Amino acid sequence: MFDDLNDLYQQVILDHCKKPRNFHELPAATCSAQGHNPLCGDQLKLFLALDGDKINDISFTGSGCCISKASASLLTDFAKGKTRGDLENMFGHVREMITTGKVADDVGKLAVFAGVHKYPARVKCAMLAWHAAMAALKGDQKPVTTESEEI
Amino acid sequence: MSRTSPDWSALRKDFPILDQKIHGKPLIYFDNAATSQKPRAVIDALVHYYGHDNANVHRGIHELSNRSTMAFEAARVRSAKFINARSADEIIFTRGTTEGINLVANSWGGKNLKAGDVILLTEMEHHSNLVPWQMLAQRTGAKLAYVPVTGDEAHLDLAKLDSLLTKKVKLFAMVHISNSMGTVNPVAELCARARKLGITTLVDGAQSAGHCLVDVQAIGCDFFAFSGHKICGPTGIGVLWGRQELLDAMPPYQGGGEMILSVEYQKTEFKKAPHRFEAGTPDISGPIGLHAAMDYLDAIGRENIWKHDQELANHAYEKLAALKNIRLFGPKQNRAGLVSFLLKDVHAHDVVTLADQAGVALRGGHHCTQPLMHKLGVESTARASFYFYNTKAEVDRFVEVVKEIQKFFGQ
Repeated sequence: MFDDLNDLYQQVILDHCKKPRNFHELPAATCSAQGHNPLCGDQLKLFLALDGDKINDISFTGSGCCISKASASLLTDFAKGKTRGDLENMFGHVREMITTGKVADDVGKLAVFAGVHKYPARVKCAMLAWHAAMAALKGDQKPVTTESEEI
Repeated sequence: MSRTSPDWSALRKDFPILDQKIHGKPLIYFDNAATSQKPRAVIDALVHYYGHDNANVHRGIHELSNRSTMAFEAARVRSAKFINARSADEIIFTRGTTEGINLVANSWGGKNLKAGDVILLTEMEHHSNLVPWQMLAQRTGAKLAYVPVTGDEAHLDLAKLDSLLTKKVKLFAMVHISNSMGTVNPVAELCARARKLGITTLVDGAQSAGHCLVDVQAIGCDFFAFSGHKICGPTGIGVLWGRQELLDAMPPYQGGGEMILSVEYQKTEFKKAPHRFEAGTPDISGPIGLHAAMDYLDAIGRENIWKHDQELANHAYEKLAALKNIRLFGPKQNRAGLVSFLLKDVHAHDVVTLADQAGVALRGGHHCTQPLMHKLGVESTARASFYFYNTKAEVDRFVEVVKEIQKFFGQ
């Protein structure tokens, strides 16, 4: 019945939604940020443990739809061990991909989100964790919302 | 057409929008609590108005202005009849329920509320009947109190009402039918109890006006607000009804043309209600479309519509209740025409995206009742809401789709 949705709900996404990775608080966190989607009430909190520019550890907590949870889970998977610059760079690629469907060469597993652009109502779900991650890097104390960011 | 047994399938054909496919599947429109679809009669009334009669209302001397003024004011008379108001002078045209409530909060509330007064609401209010009062409370120093909701069945806890209806309460505002739970509140009883203590009452009729017979005199409230677009009318038009003596004592809501008797550089004399509350060129086609919608609904009979709504909701509730891993919200008995639910470990937005793929239009989210969602310990629910053009076969198909969604997420 839902064959056409395989673009949106790829197996990797379903897997990360059911078994989110790095889904816990992070006592060693050096920074964190909250993401809020007022349209659905979804709340995510992202924790980063930075050592200089290196992301030693990263995790998240909160509630959300399949797309937002899987996006947060895959983000943490990607970011662990990378640098601040890597994450900022990937943010640009992911935003481009999720809003236009254009997949950059080095997005790896994150390419599973390319289909989201066909579902405008769900773009914000996929971007929520990414905006929260950028806010955490910037040290923003105020929660980011999908309504205040240009997503 | 017989008043006692409408030909529902013939009525469905009055709605051109329903005859289409969504993602290759026949459209099943179950988002009626958000907005209803429009019958040909309403669309034709709008087309006719703009094609033949369009001109600005009031003050005009020419023929077109006469026609549009007559049609505009005829809609006011029709609206009074629709809710059994004593007079068309008690009918204020607004943009919708939200603006009606804001008008009362600003005009009546601004004049009558002071620090220490209490505004009593219920925990199941839509944001439109909560935020304006919060803003008023912040401006005046008044306090908000809430009649509690009992839990997932979402009844009002009426045992608590006596202790909440204190001398400090100046206004009791309540929703007639909950948009997120389907609860039908005993508004006549609530208003009677408030009235005994001299408390002014407002009923949010957004979900009731087009679905059941509404008699504001029988309800015994002081204000009643509803929207045109949820009752087969156009968007952008609504009705606020208020008791004449209250409206006459209220200051204007907005200033401008149409609402004045005379203007000088330093002062203005205002018209009486309802025109005092309708500044500027109004939405003219809106009331005209609304008039057609009211005629259309009453030709079917709102008692018939209510019965049909309830049958569909009960059928949906029973079939969903038989599924595993589902949490249902709202009353088991006497439910209005909607069902709110959550599937275990599946977010409401995922339910809605999958249902859409199968042609079924649902809504997922907090339904503008966020405090109630938090009280029930959820962020959101999925909701199917029905109207008279929906069928039992559509409900059956919807339940099959829900089962498929459960399978998709491995349940």
